[in-house]
Amino acid sequence: MPDPSTGSGQSPSRGSGQAGPFVEISCRVNGEAVALSGHPMARLLDVLRNQLRLTGTKEGCGEGECGACSVLIDGDLVNSCLVPLLHAQDAAITTIEGVAEGDRLHAVQAAFVARGGAQCGICTPGMVLAAVSLLARNPTPSLEDVRVALAGNLCRCTGYARIFEAVLQAYRT
Amino acid sequence: MSIGNSSPRREGRAKVTGHARYVDDLVFPGMLHGITVRSAASRGLIQDIAFGPEIDWHDLVVVTAADVPGRNRIALILDDQPCLAEDRVNHPEEPVVLLAHSDRQLLEHARRHVRIDIVPEPPVFTMDEALAARTVVWGDDNIFKRYALERGNVEAAFAAAPIVVDGDYETGAQEQLYIEPNGMLALASPAEGVTVWGSMQCPYYVHKALMSLFALPAEKVRVVQMETGGGFGGKEEFPSVIACHAALLSWKAGRPVKLVYDRAEDMAATTKRHPSRTRHRTAVSRDGRLLAMDVDFVIDGGAYCTLSPVVLSRGTIHSAGPYYCPNVRLRGRAVATNAPPHGAFRGFGAPQSLFALERHMDRVAAAVGLSPDELRRRNFIATGQTSAVGQVMRDPIEMGALLDRAMALTEFQAKRTRFSALNPAQRVRKGIGLAAFMHGAGFTGSGEDHLASVVAVEATGDGRVRVLSSNTEIGQGTNTVFAQIAAAAVGLPEDAIEIVQPDTAIVPNSGPTVASRTCMVVGKLIENAVVALKSELEKVGLPAGGYDADAFRRACADYIDRYGALRATARYQAPPGLKWDDETYQGDAYGTYTWAVYVAEVSVDTTTFETRVDDFVAVQEVGRVINPVLAAGQIEGGVAQAIGWALYERVLWREGRMANAEMTNYIMPTSMDLPPIRVFFEEQPYAHGPGGAKGLGELPMDGPAPAILNAVAHATGADPRSVPLTPESLMSIMGTVHA
Repeated sequence: MPDPSTGSGQSPSRGSGQAGPFVEISCRVNGEAVALSGHPMARLLDVLRNQLRLTGTKEGCGEGECGACSVLIDGDLVNSCLVPLLHAQDAAITTIEGVAEGDRLHAVQAAFVARGGAQCGICTPGMVLAAVSLLARNPTPSLEDVRVALAGNLCRCTGYARIFEAVLQAYRT
Repeated sequence: MSIGNSSPRREGRAKVTGHARYVDDLVFPGMLHGITVRSAASRGLIQDIAFGPEIDWHDLVVVTAADVPGRNRIALILDDQPCLAEDRVNHPEEPVVLLAHSDRQLLEHARRHVRIDIVPEPPVFTMDEALAARTVVWGDDNIFKRYALERGNVEAAFAAAPIVVDGDYETGAQEQLYIEPNGMLALASPAEGVTVWGSMQCPYYVHKALMSLFALPAEKVRVVQMETGGGFGGKEEFPSVIACHAALLSWKAGRPVKLVYDRAEDMAATTKRHPSRTRHRTAVSRDGRLLAMDVDFVIDGGAYCTLSPVVLSRGTIHSAGPYYCPNVRLRGRAVATNAPPHGAFRGFGAPQSLFALERHMDRVAAAVGLSPDELRRRNFIATGQTSAVGQVMRDPIEMGALLDRAMALTEFQAKRTRFSALNPAQRVRKGIGLAAFMHGAGFTGSGEDHLASVVAVEATGDGRVRVLSSNTEIGQGTNTVFAQIAAAAVGLPEDAIEIVQPDTAIVPNSGPTVASRTCMVVGKLIENAVVALKSELEKVGLPAGGYDADAFRRACADYIDRYGALRATARYQAPPGLKWDDETYQGDAYGTYTWAVYVAEVSVDTTTFETRVDDFVAVQEVGRVINPVLAAGQIEGGVAQAIGWALYERVLWREGRMANAEMTNYIMPTSMDLPPIRVFFEEQPYAHGPGGAKGLGELPMDGPAPAILNAVAHATGADPRSVPLTPESLMSIMGTVHA
């Protein structure tokens, strides 16, 4: 049984050639129906990045601490490094690539650019999704609401202040 | 005018949409993944490397030191660090064997079946053991580098002094914790040479290391920076190691190899901030004038020299702080221990020595009977005075004004009095503390002369200006600020400027992205190169005075038509009058300094011993601010990182190995842990910076830790002298648990 914490991110039919459990699932990713396949315990993070080439979802820690791999599943913010592929059956998944509408940035994204909410950018996709998720649940959050909602997403660059500002600006625009 | 605008981050849109490309996002056809097999022992002789029978090793690419085509060293300063261990290991996690395969799962399995037999030798794990030198693990005496300098007559001043205050101060290692781990992708072969793409601050450091490792000429090595997910110094020298490893695997495999660390490996094996210990002895008059300072500064460099001499240099020079003192003795030593090498980290030695000094100054103030602010005010160095390293301070220094402003913004005196009166009856006690400090911008001493950085700018036929430099965007805003500087110099909107991605095949060597030098030093070269480009365009009739974008475009097109191409370069030349003596370690240590006073307000729970920062004010003079949003973002982020270092971030060492190499139990600040960080700039234009700017990226790391511990001392009456000040350490200092 492969150890999910090391995550191959590749279908077992590749590489080692060892036979193993294998599932094919269907789900929706950024509004489109897709078929995904692999080991049932393959990390959703790897499947999104490798099979769908949706590389906006980042791996920061692989242990569910940093939130860089955040995606929305049926509207809930989750760490995709902790979600096995099997759990994605029939799910509606939103990654960072699905947040803007074509060339039009989501208000949260526009506010991150305007307010300096992104520096190195590696936590940004997860931060944006955490903020989008918050505003969907609570359209007029207080600063304290924002702090709580982003507590699972670590940023080493900004000290968070401009991220808070961006989220608060986003709902006011 | 683009200088002073909060222009939005140039690559911001790519970052918020997930389209920015980092090294782990790259996939090449036929690409393999790499993995590193590391030493479990702290120190010893390698007896055997055994490859277990469970694995078909023909299926994998296996690289050892024997596969290195050139010199098996990571070229940096002393070149003492092997790329792969040969006959011995000197620290836990030292790389010994490299493996590559297309299947990462199989690789992890294979790694566990490489057995490295090591006969242990006695290790050294602490600075005291290293200094005692009963066991010698490096050189003759475990000392990578020492500095000693003295001005005035220190012993005579101590002998005559009415008050002498001494103290020892310590700082712990700090994990970098950039959110993107280190990673490189290499394509290498004897026929084509070596190309790497990766996460890095300093493409030409990597370039130099690869040339030496593969014995290749410069043109056969190419280094391309990808979007880089945080640096802080952790991607200054270490990327050379991982680039060398990825390239060795690719060279042998004949296929592209990607080597990206997972978080645990990055935390365990890559560089951290140097632990330090500082001893202060200070003579002071009854009215609070500094008479003599004797400072002994020691840093733990880990197992190999790497950048420790340079970190030590900056730390030693900053150890006397922003004060004038006629008699000064500064000693610095960087010692070897059997831990992974410590390395560059924002502030580069200065946060360590300034922590000690600024905590010590509060104790000196108490000994004299002055308030912390008044003692400092009486001793601030002024324009025209000579620093501890013999630098005559030429530029305006406004430390008194910064102190006034910081105190007014925080109601420092009123709060200090009020908290002192209320605290005895409180379970949660309040305190307020400050730190005054400076940070030298750019390389130390003659460093910039040796670098001799070059920047190029090119004009295109459609009237745009391309900026070519090796300085990297790592989140701090290089792309945006460079565009603002170039736009101001050419007199066109910022969208007429293109910033070229650092790629050693295309860009000149404008030096590393370190030392708060990118904006100030390299930005000035961009300004100069653009001025040269404009004067070249006057040959085809561009008016020296005003012109619009159309006129500029026509002139560029004419010029290119007539001469083929338009390119101008600028090379670093020291501002006039700067002198530094590498032998005596005296002179103009830095072209200029940024200056700051920071104030922290804290609450300390005397039941749980938790400290919380309630408010933080950062007042600084950084020359002209080029982009207020980005500049404030640098200060806020640096303060946050320093709050982590001061209160939360403890590296737990077990026989030279980080025992808590996980984000779960190495605690950095989250969105719930930080106070409002209020940032104020005083702008004092610097004559030799672009548009008047100085460098500011490291400054905010220097002041928060001493300001916070001074506030904790005020709140509790305890005397904390080391960071991180976790609840456990505060409890042991305070001695008793209050019911």
